[in-house]
Amino acid sequence: MRYESTGDESESFRNQGEAVLDNQELRLRPPRNRVESRAIGWWTLQSSLFALPLPLVFGVLYLTIGPARFVFGPLFLAALVPGLLYMGVMPIWRYRVHRWEMTDEAVYAASGWLWQRWRVVPLSRVQTVDMLRGPLQQMFRLSGITVTSASSSGAVKIKGLDHGTATELVEQLTRSTQAVPGDAT
Amino acid sequence: MTPDTAVREAEHAQDDPWGRLNPRLFLVNLSVVATPLVTFGATTVLTGGEVNLQVLITCATFLITCLVISGISLMRLITTRYRITEDRVELHKGWLFRSQRSVPVDRIRSVDLTANPLHRIFGLTSLKVSTGDQASSGGGLSLDGLSNRDADALRSRLSELRHARQGLRTADGDTDTTIAELDWAWLRYAPLTLWGVGGVFIAVGSVYRTLHEMKIDPLELGIVKDLEDRFGSVPLWYGILVALLVIVLIGVAGSTATFIEGWGGYRLDRPETGMLRVRRGLLITRSVSIEEQRLRGVEVAEPLLLRWAGGARVKAVASGLGDEDENSSRSRLTPPVPLALARRIAADVLGAEVSPTDEADLAPHPRAALRRRINRALRWVVLIAAPFVGLGLWLTPALVHTGWITALVLLPVCLAFAHDAYRNLGHAVHGPYLVTRAGTFTRRTAAVQRDGIIGWSITRSVFQRKAGLLTLGAATAAGSGVYKVRDVSVSEGLALAEEAVPGLLAPFIERHPARR
Repeated sequence: MRYESTGDESESFRNQGEAVLDNQELRLRPPRNRVESRAIGWWTLQSSLFALPLPLVFGVLYLTIGPARFVFGPLFLAALVPGLLYMGVMPIWRYRVHRWEMTDEAVYAASGWLWQRWRVVPLSRVQTVDMLRGPLQQMFRLSGITVTSASSSGAVKIKGLDHGTATELVEQLTRSTQAVPGDAT
Repeated sequence: MTPDTAVREAEHAQDDPWGRLNPRLFLVNLSVVATPLVTFGATTVLTGGEVNLQVLITCATFLITCLVISGISLMRLITTRYRITEDRVELHKGWLFRSQRSVPVDRIRSVDLTANPLHRIFGLTSLKVSTGDQASSGGGLSLDGLSNRDADALRSRLSELRHARQGLRTADGDTDTTIAELDWAWLRYAPLTLWGVGGVFIAVGSVYRTLHEMKIDPLELGIVKDLEDRFGSVPLWYGILVALLVIVLIGVAGSTATFIEGWGGYRLDRPETGMLRVRRGLLITRSVSIEEQRLRGVEVAEPLLLRWAGGARVKAVASGLGDEDENSSRSRLTPPVPLALARRIAADVLGAEVSPTDEADLAPHPRAALRRRINRALRWVVLIAAPFVGLGLWLTPALVHTGWITALVLLPVCLAFAHDAYRNLGHAVHGPYLVTRAGTFTRRTAAVQRDGIIGWSITRSVFQRKAGLLTLGAATAAGSGVYKVRDVSVSEGLALAEEAVPGLLAPFIERHPARR
């Protein structure tokens, strides 16, 4: 559910009549760049690692232990259906949400699916920039970037970037954060 | 400097002599070894001089462990040396693994003195120098086992150096720099920190576990048996009531004792310009210095019971106080004190006339935030009552009745909490501070310097998206790292962020004409 396509929000605004300042409504616009569409594949594979083992075990038990089929049949379905739903919904939903943008002043990124998060960190406050590629990400030629600031509240993570784009972005970030003096607290 | 100081060797071509730890540290180590010896002696006496092999082995292992420990600390005593030059503190230590560390004076954020009871017997203190580095303990250095006089001299020398370098003046000796001092009347708030009751459960649990490990079933002990015989015949509800009462009483005693130990000799002052210092503790004395430059705001916390009794605690929002655990204990500026005093201290600490935490005109949050809290309360009622009903349908109707009665009793309580939680929500931009308030079980009002905000983190759950709410998190390098304005309407939240730190969020905000 992207941020733009939430017309129902303005509905509720109207009902509340509280969110109007100077007769203008403020909204957060989504960051400009989407992550790679290959990330959908990556997320699907990743979620299958969580979602499939349990139904698989039940499935094997169902096939091998004849007398206990009445137990393992429903268990198999009960484990498989939510797993498949998760695998089907989460990656696409994530792909619609996950976005990033870098301006001259700040890094801006959106992530999550059910719980969504938008983060802005000014370049002047960036302390370190890391790039990480897990084995699965490497299979899909993807990279993740972690931008940390002095706050212990966690870093801005942009996952599912093309490796080339990520390298370029890291270089850019490093260059522009070096240009700013101070200890970034 | 003082005859107390141990060997000092003049380094060639250096005016600053190397200092060493105090030799009395050796006595501390000896007393560590004394423990197994005393234990052994006591056991021998108790068993009437008969020493069996098991006792011997146990005590021998104990002794060896203690010898190793004291050997290590003896090594530390011999090999550790430190010195202060014009611009840095240097520490050399270790023999097999030699380490040398030097910390630039400019980087030092705080100098703390702590003394545990064993150290205090021998007049020793530990000095800890911390730097602004929050992520790791690698930043600072600590000297474990200085004589009190050396430690004091070192601390004041460091602060002199820092002030000389930053062109600040130390406070005059005459002016009263005290902000707050312990008033034993505050002891009445001590039982209201729920900590004690939880502490009873932890204590009972760990005693039971220890006994269990030693193959002793506490329920089989004579004293428990005796109690059981005497009170086994009273009705269950009466037993539960008495047990609860006992737990609460022990809890109250526990919290009071904790208060006395933790806050005895409490004093908050400004020993020098630009520096706050908290000194407290009866057995373990703690001294925490916070550079005002590093102070990014204050937080006034009111746990439920304390709030009802009109009390509050003040915490500093500062960077460089260590990791999360260290931060939570070192950021405490006051024990539970009367609310009015808490406000005055908060204002004084920030150098303001009135604290922004209570002067600010807090804007209420939209009604949807109340709906969210009521939903949460209902969920709790259902979660607590449902197991009774479920079990009751399966086992006995009595439990079903228990279930719905529980729900009926809990409902108004939870709804009251939900309303209270909603009323407590508030936010404002007040002068240089962003002020936010939330919470019902512990109401926290935090004022964070707008300059100290180093990023925004906006989160929205499914419900929040449907209700047009967002949670705005102000990331800082200080305190808990992020201060949240919960469940504010989208437009208001973004406007608040833009007002607090102009320009940061602006490029990502779209303005639409309001549709009415």
